[in-house]
Amino acid sequence: MTNHWVDIKNADVILVMGGNAAEAHPCGFKWVTEAKAHRGAKLIVVDPRYTRTASVADYYVPTRTGADIVFLGGIINYLLTNDKIQHDYVRNYTDMPFIVREDFAFNDGLYSGWDNEKNKYADKSSWNYEIGDDGFAKIDPTLEHPRCVYQLMKKHYSRYTPEMVEKACGVPPEKFHHVAEMLASTAVPGRAATILYALGWTQHSTGAETLRTGAMVQLLLGNMGIAGGGMNALRGHSNIQGLTDLGLLTNMLPGYLSLPGEAEQDWDGYVAKRALKPLRPNQLSYYSNAKKFLVSFMKAWWGDAATEENNYAFNYLPKLDKPYDMMQAFELMIQGKMTGYICQGFNILASAPDKQKTTDALSKLKWLVIMDPLQTETSEFWKPHGDFHKVDPAQIQTEVFSLPTTCFAEERGSLVSSSRVLQWHWQGAEGPGQSRSDLEIMAGLFLRMKKAYQTEGGKFPDPILNLTWNYANPAFPSPEELAMEYNGKALKEITDPKDPTKVVLKKNEQLAGFAQLKDDGSTACGCWIFAGSWTAAGNQMARRDNSDPTGIGQTLNWAWAWPANRRVLYNRASCDPKGKPWDPTRKLIAWNGTNWGGADVPDFKVDEPPENGMGPFIMLAEGVARFFSRDSMAEGPFPEHYEPFESPIGHNPLHPNNPKAFNNPAGRMFPNDRKKLGKKEQFPHAATSYRLTEHFHFWTKHARLNSIIQPEQFVEIGEALAKEVGVVHGDRVKVTSGRGYIIAKAVVTKRIKQLTIDGKPMHHVGLPINFGFKGLTKPGYLVNTLTPVVGDGNSQTPESKSFLVKVEKA
Amino acid sequence: MNQMSRRQFLRVTGATIAGSSIALLGFAPATALAEVRQYKLARSTETRNTCPYCSVGCGLLMYGLGDGAKNASASIVHIEGDADHPVNRGTLCPKGASLIDFIHSPNRLLAPQYRAPGATEWSPMSWDEALNRIAKLMKADRDANFVEKTEDGKTVNRWTTTGMLCASASTNEVGYLTHKAMRATGMLPFDNQARV
Repeated sequence: MTNHWVDIKNADVILVMGGNAAEAHPCGFKWVTEAKAHRGAKLIVVDPRYTRTASVADYYVPTRTGADIVFLGGIINYLLTNDKIQHDYVRNYTDMPFIVREDFAFNDGLYSGWDNEKNKYADKSSWNYEIGDDGFAKIDPTLEHPRCVYQLMKKHYSRYTPEMVEKACGVPPEKFHHVAEMLASTAVPGRAATILYALGWTQHSTGAETLRTGAMVQLLLGNMGIAGGGMNALRGHSNIQGLTDLGLLTNMLPGYLSLPGEAEQDWDGYVAKRALKPLRPNQLSYYSNAKKFLVSFMKAWWGDAATEENNYAFNYLPKLDKPYDMMQAFELMIQGKMTGYICQGFNILASAPDKQKTTDALSKLKWLVIMDPLQTETSEFWKPHGDFHKVDPAQIQTEVFSLPTTCFAEERGSLVSSSRVLQWHWQGAEGPGQSRSDLEIMAGLFLRMKKAYQTEGGKFPDPILNLTWNYANPAFPSPEELAMEYNGKALKEITDPKDPTKVVLKKNEQLAGFAQLKDDGSTACGCWIFAGSWTAAGNQMARRDNSDPTGIGQTLNWAWAWPANRRVLYNRASCDPKGKPWDPTRKLIAWNGTNWGGADVPDFKVDEPPENGMGPFIMLAEGVARFFSRDSMAEGPFPEHYEPFESPIGHNPLHPNNPKAFNNPAGRMFPNDRKKLGKKEQFPHAATSYRLTEHFHFWTKHARLNSIIQPEQFVEIGEALAKEVGVVHGDRVKVTSGRGYIIAKAVVTKRIKQLTIDGKPMHHVGLPINFGFKGLTKPGYLVNTLTPVVGDGNSQTPESKSFLVKVEKA
Repeated sequence: MNQMSRRQFLRVTGATIAGSSIALLGFAPATALAEVRQYKLARSTETRNTCPYCSVGCGLLMYGLGDGAKNASASIVHIEGDADHPVNRGTLCPKGASLIDFIHSPNRLLAPQYRAPGATEWSPMSWDEALNRIAKLMKADRDANFVEKTEDGKTVNRWTTTGMLCASASTNEVGYLTHKAMRATGMLPFDNQARV
């Protein structure tokens, strides 16, 4: 979330799209209810299903899964055509005036740089601004230059007409206009709209671009950086935010620093590529400090072994030839190119797309390790479970280890909520039986490997042998020691550069924040964005003062938020260019003549006078927000609609005559997975998966109460489809895709309506994911038996929210 | 750590007022207190925690029985929302309200288990045996398949034949240590649940 849960109460208009917060995030959703009750906020829900979120909406619009860019692109077109944009905001705080290179082009669904032979974007150099001899991007403040971002964007989205929205989404123009007008009502200072989304937006082959389109709407309306505004991702797991912040992804390091690609052989070049220089005069470009973050990180992990002479042990970092994300790993397993795998609290057989592929992949491993508090389907992938999971154990030669871990109640530490707030929790009991903490298990494995490298030697042992491990009990590092390590400390006495007699930090003193980081090896910091969470004053994540002095929900002394305890990102944009709040009644910060301050920690240089013209988006080299994403996205600088890889209409309504622009040209599919794609003729229904409010993922089917209140798997279909396939409520149906089938009871509902797409009727099928063949609920099928292995072009997120199935009576 | 909550405070002060005013009426305190129905959680220990399910980050109050005596282990007997928490303000959803049944699920794993190649059932294994064997398998694969240089001479120091998926409900401290220990080996097929 750019904003936070409680801040939703400050919104005037709330768009929930690609999520169902009332059921998936019930206690956070109450802030929507609060906004409706006390601010008179209007809630809009756009979803294929009439969810419980929709049931309390002021306006509900059914739409087709996989077509959200058309809907949002239509909103952009509406706002630009009708001039419902916040002019002072977009002119000053976005890249609208920037002039784009002359060789940039868009032709029938494909951007310049497309290589028809290689079937990919071979050259993205045209996806950029015109850069002047001074190294700065050229701009036209009048917005009249035909190649300025404003003009290009207007042209690009002119194709996203209400008629196109009706054709692609099945949303009639009057409904679309109603939503557009409600959102447009916030294009003025003093009104705010927020967007709440979840995996209903991300789990598509165009997921990342869908999010961008939403963010573009918010920028046009001047809703980024203000109270009650923002782009608010409602994360699905309690600490998936934290694990992402800490870089537990194939290509990342802590704090959104990225691992080097194999072409990056030289440390200085690696650092320079991340230390972005400002693209306009007087801009901050905070990533120009990247060397401080990187050097301090290397010092945290490799201590004295990371020196200036050896480029801070740059060679210890593995270098990528490609991303090795989850779906790539399974593909490598299938090809026999992987030996072992560890699943830490991750039930991949249930979570990953195409269960048969996952089963085949795990069957090719030599060994698999499961760390979990509960029995999982993954741990028994080798064991037959009736019709729900058919395997022959004799054919599976994988060694499997199941290691019992403790759960939340049996450990202490911090989790990062969707609000980016790090909250510390305490242990209330010991784990059952022989269960152990993940900390003890990871330390146990690492220390055993380290000892073996010490005694036996082996391949490149240096990064293992030199890894800092200064914990009081090396076999079980404490959460407190680890939290202090990711916060960071001074490795020697640090004095004020302006006054060397003044000691800023004593040797070994905890850092107060990332502003104290150095690029000369004198500070260590495991995760720069978490610097400030455990300072010399102690554990800031354990703070429990819930006072809200301004009444707008800014509880700055409750726990600690990254970065720098800031609760609303980009909050400089909540003020006009002169530093006065756009809306004084919901003031976050303001300029008082000498510095910035207020109800939040300023997302800005605190003593920078407004008249100097520094932009509010300090993490970007432009200093302003981007409509034109340059070369940072795989598909191109402006989001464009492409059909799901399994499309119920079989062509892209925006590019009916260009087969190359049917699906996301940058989406990823492996050849054998492509063979399993279904066609609309055989699988005519659009399926989407989701969670039930009574269950959490695949865990609560092991909890007694949840299994009582929602005991059995079902499939949700509309009345029209039920009639078509001849089933009534309670009948068993077989749902088949190109990957397999499931059988479950049908819930026939008015909540899913037939839509008219491209002139033809179309049905959605709803598939709750929470069931499986292990647990206290009735045994069921894993829904990911049906889903395709398709990766979003940027994030490699599977397309689990939009694929094709056939429903028939079982 | 501040373990005295608003609720505990009320409990202590409430008990004091009740006890002293009853005494003033002439009852013997021991008899009088025996008349007051025991607050069920009075003997429990309150611990603050965070819901491990979705990302709202609801504050929890967990009540554990067990007096901390030697050989006595605490058991959580009740969980409710933390009324002081600025986001959930004491509320919990159908998932969070049943957390007690996650802790005490009959399907909790209690001891390490091993499934041999081709076997149809699990067999028991000690922690030491399991960790020794896994560490040995990891090292053997790393030594066999670690790539120090590409064919064209680039230093890459990567290990792509063993991978790991990391827990979405583990703490930051677990995540940090896991990342540190695994990335130091050069492991690249290292991912988390952000995508699913």
